[in-house]
Amino acid sequence: MGAAGATRVETRTGAEVSATLPGDVASKPGAVAAGSRPAKTIDVREVNLFYGDLHAVEDVTMAVEPNKVTALIGSSGCGKTTFLRSLNRMHELNPKARMTGEITLDGQDIYAPGVDPVQVRRLVGMVFQSPNPFPTMSIYDNVAAGLNLNTGRVKKSVKDEVVERSLRGAHLWNEVKDRLEKPGSGLSGGQQQRLCIARAIAVEPEVLLMDEPCSALDPVATLAIEELIGELKSKYTIAIVTHNMQQASRASDITAFFNLEATGKPGRLVEIGATEAIFTSPSEQATEDYVSGRFG
Amino acid sequence: MTALDARVLPDWAPYGAVAASAAFSAALLSAAGAFSVALLFVLTALVACVATYAWSRSVEGSRRAFDRLVTLVIVAAFCLALIPLLSLVFEVTKRGLPGLSLEFITADARGKIGGGGAAHALVGTLVITGVATAISVPIGLMAAIYLTEYGGGRLRRALTFFVDVMTGIPSIVAGLFAFALFALIFGPGIRMGVMGSAALSVLMIPIVIRSSEEVLKIVPNHLREASYALGTPKWRTIVKVVLPTAFAGLLTGVMIAVARIIGETAPLLVTTGVVDSINSNPLSGRMQNLAVYAYSEYRTPGVFKQASYDRAWAAALLLIVIVMVLNLAARLIYRRYRTEIR
Repeated sequence: MGAAGATRVETRTGAEVSATLPGDVASKPGAVAAGSRPAKTIDVREVNLFYGDLHAVEDVTMAVEPNKVTALIGSSGCGKTTFLRSLNRMHELNPKARMTGEITLDGQDIYAPGVDPVQVRRLVGMVFQSPNPFPTMSIYDNVAAGLNLNTGRVKKSVKDEVVERSLRGAHLWNEVKDRLEKPGSGLSGGQQQRLCIARAIAVEPEVLLMDEPCSALDPVATLAIEELIGELKSKYTIAIVTHNMQQASRASDITAFFNLEATGKPGRLVEIGATEAIFTSPSEQATEDYVSGRFG
Repeated sequence: MTALDARVLPDWAPYGAVAASAAFSAALLSAAGAFSVALLFVLTALVACVATYAWSRSVEGSRRAFDRLVTLVIVAAFCLALIPLLSLVFEVTKRGLPGLSLEFITADARGKIGGGGAAHALVGTLVITGVATAISVPIGLMAAIYLTEYGGGRLRRALTFFVDVMTGIPSIVAGLFAFALFALIFGPGIRMGVMGSAALSVLMIPIVIRSSEEVLKIVPNHLREASYALGTPKWRTIVKVVLPTAFAGLLTGVMIAVARIIGETAPLLVTTGVVDSINSNPLSGRMQNLAVYAYSEYRTPGVFKQASYDRAWAAALLLIVIVMVLNLAARLIYRRYRTEIR
């Protein structure tokens, strides 16, 4: 898979440049559907996640649908983030982490022996809770980091195009186009988070995972990111962990509710369905209690 | 009077109290006929502590009085720690300046009875230390990367333990180790600069490992994860993200290690020996070094004793200046490349 994956990324980058630039996302916010492309489905079957002896997530079976935003909600410590990190094999970075079950990306088992986790993470990108631009790099280099770090030498003209396209895609281009050489840490929190989103989409992943991307941001920046998420779903499969109920109801198409039966018990997937259904007529009592704010 | 509007001492109170204590102590010591700078310092500190506490307690109450007392004790401890340093720099400068001249840093001592310079020792110091740094930094850095990024379990614990043990090795033992090693390989009587570098590396590597390890540990994990999430392999993450982020700290660690070994005497005495002429080839023959030069000028002064002593002090001063310049350079680079780590 190694060599094939690398060449595929390159040809795709080349093709995307000409295909996407004319239908510029940022200049015409309404015209996203034109740049829509088929994304990939993640299928999760009976996944259990552990940290050493701690059983963190129990028996999750669900699908993350393509070109939709799937929100993972639930109280703190119920395993949402752990589950999200298992979708791009970041879970196993913890030396004590274990998992059982099966996760497939368009039918291909990402945990199969012989699958390189590095390749999985190229296809399944991630945005983290707190903005974490690389402090040693400029805004430009932060966005180009995926190219610089992975594919070695890339032509400057190609890089320029990828950087501009990604920054436009993340609604940041107009704010930073005059200071691309300045360090990324000089931006405001909301800008930094959009920079991180630009960095993630610059490598053209199939799936974008977001771990509470707005929890460190003010309402205005949050709204900007939510609008961005709405546009990104035309090109990517998106899964987002959030504590914010309104955010889940505003920004997502599908909502999955995770819960603990009791403290010390593993987190479980209680219910998954269309966001509207989950928020208006949930089938489980626990879901109703949570979304109506009765606990959690 | 409200609770917020408490009475406080004026801003100059601490300085005034110390000045008054110093004057009082000086008068007391002179009257007793036992005046000395050391006694004056101790007595001033004691009197100032007592006086400040009493004064502050009577005006401001016990909590502020205690705060002032602790502040004073800390300042006194700081001054105490500074005294040997300042006195050493002062003494070395005073005695070293007469011997320092253009000839001292440009001429060697070959065939010059009672004269000549220390150029051979200067060259030797730079070459030996440079080679030692070139050996130690890659090894130490890679060991530190192993410890922070890869190592786990028993091997990691064992390595950390032995690195700690290595920092305690007496430097003469490192010298004898290098001596024995090269004698075994090249036969007895071998002398070359690299032997000294090898000995110094034994001392330097554990320092580099320890300092680099601490610096790499504080590189936040979320930066590594951000890199992994872009599909970057671990080694590239280390090279392109972790090391650049830690660069300034790593450099400081290396500078501390260099400063620690540049003045070593004993291991070089047994490995690189004593010589009078410039030798800039670390792979053949004896090499002089500033610390060894100072030692031998003082130990075997020859006919013109005072000139020899002057040269020994000048060599010591030169060594301090080199370390200072290196440190200043490191600080400049540190400021230039420092990254804000959140």
